[in-house]
Amino acid sequence: MAVASGQPTIDLREPAGWRRTKNQIATGAMWFAFACMLVPLAFVLFTVISKGISAISWSFLTGGPIPPNVLPLGNGGMGPAVIGTLEITGFAALLAIPIGVLGAVYINEYGGKGWLARVIGFLADVMTGVPSIVMGLFIFTIWILHFGYSGLAGSFALGCLMLPVVIRSSYEMLKLVPDSLREASYALGATKARVTVTVVLPAAVGGIVSGALLAIARAAGETAPLLFTILTVESTNTNLFSGANTALSTQIFVNAQSPFVGAEARAWGSALTLIVIAFALMLVARIITARFTRYAR
Amino acid sequence: MEQPDQLAQAEQKVIAKLALPEPAAAGEQFKATGQTVFDAKNVSIYYGSFRAVTDVSLSIYENEITAFIGPSGCGKTTVLRTLNRMNDLIASARVDGEVHYRGASLYHPTVSATAVRRRIGMVFQKPNPFPKSIYDNVAYGPKINGTRGKAKLDEIVERSLRQAALWDEVKDRLSKSALGISGGQQQRLCIARTLAVEPDVVLMDEPCSALDPIATGRIEDLMKELKSRYTIVIVTHNMQQATRVSDRTAFYSVLRDEKSDVRTGVLVEYGATQQIFEDPHDSRTQAYVTGRMG
Repeated sequence: MAVASGQPTIDLREPAGWRRTKNQIATGAMWFAFACMLVPLAFVLFTVISKGISAISWSFLTGGPIPPNVLPLGNGGMGPAVIGTLEITGFAALLAIPIGVLGAVYINEYGGKGWLARVIGFLADVMTGVPSIVMGLFIFTIWILHFGYSGLAGSFALGCLMLPVVIRSSYEMLKLVPDSLREASYALGATKARVTVTVVLPAAVGGIVSGALLAIARAAGETAPLLFTILTVESTNTNLFSGANTALSTQIFVNAQSPFVGAEARAWGSALTLIVIAFALMLVARIITARFTRYAR
Repeated sequence: MEQPDQLAQAEQKVIAKLALPEPAAAGEQFKATGQTVFDAKNVSIYYGSFRAVTDVSLSIYENEITAFIGPSGCGKTTVLRTLNRMNDLIASARVDGEVHYRGASLYHPTVSATAVRRRIGMVFQKPNPFPKSIYDNVAYGPKINGTRGKAKLDEIVERSLRQAALWDEVKDRLSKSALGISGGQQQRLCIARTLAVEPDVVLMDEPCSALDPIATGRIEDLMKELKSRYTIVIVTHNMQQATRVSDRTAFYSVLRDEKSDVRTGVLVEYGATQQIFEDPHDSRTQAYVTGRMG
């Protein structure tokens, strides 16, 4: 405190008053908001895990076919739905991610301030706001009415939902790549395509990948667009391109509406499975992001 | 709508008042040892309707270091960036007049900007290494220009890093991130990256402005060593740096029309560095180099 310099001690504490009060109020409000967010999250996780964990077993995850509602747990399994979710969502990702990333590359690298880039960007934003059930109806009218139910139709619907998310997240990532890196590459005699492929995309890949995986995780849980497009059957259909299919999300929808104990247990089990799949994807996203950004420290 | 015309007229009036030294005359005072690398004639550079630089004519000679000095906004960086067509990247930029590079017109419609930049490299104001490993940063240029084979790339990387006086500091961590080395090292890495494609000319846009005096000294030493193999043009705000490293100096200044407040950059004086700093012919050059202005 007071040093032997003979100078008067200066009070460096934050003075009491309105400024300090404001700070305390803001800090309190932040902690309150944090708690408000945490409560439902913890509650949902706790409920799904506690009610779903008893249903999970190897035969539940891989066995099939999905039994009729009246049968108790232990008969058949949700294998067909797990397979359906993986193939439908996987193919949707295969459709949406390349198109979405290329679209974002066009908007940010090639379109410049041109009208086409602005129109695409605007339409992608509008598309983000389209309710998922409308996307299902859209695919129903343009595809199902002509070619019948199939996993492919489900992939189309999910792909349409993922596309604007992928475009938007990739675009934001590309925008973050500093122009100085592009200039460095141009100054070495690179063409625009080279600059994009060898500098811009690698610099943004971490964010693009995690954005894409978030879109996949989101799509894997979508129910409404699949109700119209895959018809939700009980047996495994490994052929994505023809015949009705099934998915975890729609099975949850069907089973949870049923009054039978076995069906409800299956719905909880499926919900937990879906959460675990989504969690695994997030984990993969984190690992890939870390791997691709190891030089960007 | 008539305003741009008025502004242009105002500019012309101001420019007419200046007796700019003829670049040819300036060249005669200092006999060129090498061949002419760049020959710019009456170059004006526009960003949209704004004329950033007006009527610059100068020649740059082989194996010399040419410094561009002048106050902020005088267009020295803009002129530098027209020498390897980096201004093409700005949609609104336009170049009037003739820029010749070793006899070829740089802005001829059939000339590829990519081919130009392959020969005329650039080091930027802020170190801008790629977020890749040190090795990959240096190997990047040769790779995109078609060099294949690990042994060959290894050799290029070592040679370039040695030329940039960085090899001994990084040889044990070539696979580490280029962003993990210091600012001065990063700038030397950027120089090595530019040298790796074996350019003819190296343009440097205030390469030391983000560096401390020790790192600056190393880069200046490096430039003097590189002079025997490359032609170097450097933009600098640091006049001591210009006197230390350059053979020839071009002083740019800002012309401002009092009435319209139109500003444009002009080349005021160009000559041997010693002459520019010790015996400037133009009073504005004298005011600038003696520290009375800008």
